[in-house]
Amino acid sequence: MGKRVALTGNEAVALAMKQINPDVVAAYPITPQTEIVQYFSSFVSDGQVSTEMVRVESEHSAMSATIGASAGGARAMTATSSQGLALMHEMLHIASSYRLPIVMPVVNRALSGPINIHCDHSDTMSARDTGWIQLYSENAQEAYDNMFIAQRIAEHPDVLLPVMVCMDGFIISHSLENLNIEDDKLVKDFVGPYEPKQYLLDVKNPYTSGPLAMYDYYMELKRQQAEAMFTAKPIVQAISEEYGKLTGRHQGFFETYKLDDADIAVVVIGSTAGTARSAVDHLRAQGIKAGALKLRMFRPVPREEIIAALSPLKAVAVMDRADSYAGFGGPLFGDVRSWLYGTKCDLPVVNYVYGLGGRDVIMEDVLKVYDYLNKLVNHQVPLELVQYLGVRE
Amino acid sequence: MTTTGNGWKDLPIGAVIEKAGNAREYLTGDWRTMRPVWDPEKCIQCLFCWVYCPDASILVKDGKMIGINYEHCKGCGICAAECPKRASAITMIRESDADAPSAGSTSAAATGKGGAC
Amino acid sequence: MGKLTEIRWHGRGGQGAKTASQLLAEAASAAGMYVQGFPEYGPERMGAPIQAFNRYSDQPIALHCHVTEPDVVAVLDPSLLGPAVIKGLSDTGALLVNTSDSPATVRAKTGLKIGRVYTVDASTISVETIGRDIPNTPMMGALIKATDFMAYDQFMIVMRQLLEDKFKSKTSVIEGNLKAIQRAYEEVQSE
Repeated sequence: MGKRVALTGNEAVALAMKQINPDVVAAYPITPQTEIVQYFSSFVSDGQVSTEMVRVESEHSAMSATIGASAGGARAMTATSSQGLALMHEMLHIASSYRLPIVMPVVNRALSGPINIHCDHSDTMSARDTGWIQLYSENAQEAYDNMFIAQRIAEHPDVLLPVMVCMDGFIISHSLENLNIEDDKLVKDFVGPYEPKQYLLDVKNPYTSGPLAMYDYYMELKRQQAEAMFTAKPIVQAISEEYGKLTGRHQGFFETYKLDDADIAVVVIGSTAGTARSAVDHLRAQGIKAGALKLRMFRPVPREEIIAALSPLKAVAVMDRADSYAGFGGPLFGDVRSWLYGTKCDLPVVNYVYGLGGRDVIMEDVLKVYDYLNKLVNHQVPLELVQYLGVRE
Repeated sequence: MTTTGNGWKDLPIGAVIEKAGNAREYLTGDWRTMRPVWDPEKCIQCLFCWVYCPDASILVKDGKMIGINYEHCKGCGICAAECPKRASAITMIRESDADAPSAGSTSAAATGKGGAC
Repeated sequence: MGKLTEIRWHGRGGQGAKTASQLLAEAASAAGMYVQGFPEYGPERMGAPIQAFNRYSDQPIALHCHVTEPDVVAVLDPSLLGPAVIKGLSDTGALLVNTSDSPATVRAKTGLKIGRVYTVDASTISVETIGRDIPNTPMMGALIKATDFMAYDQFMIVMRQLLEDKFKSKTSVIEGNLKAIQRAYEEVQSE
């Protein structure tokens, strides 16, 4: 459903922002996100949106301005990548603890050093403990759809948490692909108006936001914040299903590909999931029962559903486009393993750290992962929990 | 320590660049699509080109300009733009119309062949 | 899997390789194909050698990586000709070069033994039709002749629409670009 167009990921996200027509957008440039706020600024100057666009002097200020606007009662957004996300880090915690429904596209780019402007997930993975809901997009279509779903999730009265909509830098943000876009009225009706129960510009009902809390109250307030993540999980599902009925494009917590009868599979986030599906097809043609699981929602964690999906398998490789530098693999690996521990799902789960700093990942690279899993299942290789894919030794 | 290869065990700790001033070894002359050509007859030795060249590609010896370093010149044209009008000693020509590259070359601007590169 | 065609463009920053890959993707999408068009981002400067890629297919394209085994290699700047540009080109593939040289000279410069070679003086055509040495649009005309991407007449209709969307009332730019495509289609040399 919708109209078929060809757009880059950044154009698709900017278009989604245009159709949402937020009250405030705070803007600061950083490659590969810049085009999002750049395209949006031309919508503003052409009068196609009624947004107040605020150009700020850094990403820290961008998030601060967005927080101020959101707390004031405005539907507010900004966008960033990599160093920008890192620079606004303290404010990310503020946004979530103040329970502000901010939606922010993050175009995934490697964190320096060394300096690198290309894709990996180190930026948003580094922000996984900030209390933001995280949705990852495989392609321009998903990034576009996720923006509307994110706005509804964020503003849901039982959630009231900020949401990051992530997509791979350059690979998706700067790549022209087909997608279906919806008409303005459909998405406007789906997103609905922003009607906060409490906002600072409501002078009839004054309140204070952002207090100090000593050791006698801090913990209770943080427990309350944690509750919102528990509550969010089924709401993400419900809103995604509602959008799916409207558009024909259903996105759950994750998407499985030929997983039902698979022996071996990879768990992967982002654009590499597409390349993994090509690898699965290649292997299936050879009679190897391979499958893939593309994770879309990383925060909150879809633990029970992942356990159910992975239990029937014989071996799984979690692919991480980031490293945790913990001495034990990447962030997704650490998470997935801990979700599975102590459950009936006791199959070997290994890690491949891949694609750092935009290292290109071709189908043959993904096939190497499946090859290892296949050999592991047949007891032809020892268990190696953490490996680095395609690194020169 | 020395870099012995390009595997992760070979690279310098902290990604430091061990050789000072090694930008000189990165030859960027093949990025050029336009080339500056210097006419020493017209040159008034004001050294504006040397001052403004962003790639340190104007060759100077004993306080006098002696030529252009075509191994590093990227053909930005700033030297030609900054050369005073009364001198107009530097002109830009298409790289494909140029003679073989050599530092200090004094080849005059070739008339462009009608065709392409 | 569907019939997937992969193209790799070689050019220098500022010559329109990225735009060529995007225009081609937009044209393919307008004709109902599934597409990808994207550049490889390196030192983003005028004159620096760059690559851009296209994929088009009658089935959705899942791959998200660079093109390593192109069916078509298009070279926008002949000074880039060398063994590197033909890397991975399939045996039945096409090499398309913006040059006034002959296909035989191109084979000598690249060492290409297989495939098919096409040459067209896209720079001169673009200067004469559009007034600037930006060879990307005429190269697309040559690509139409060299591949089964799309029928010429259909391509011209699609491109007219795309150019009108992009350049709106700048008639001379639109007509100039269309003329460039037409000339390249007519003048491209094969072996």
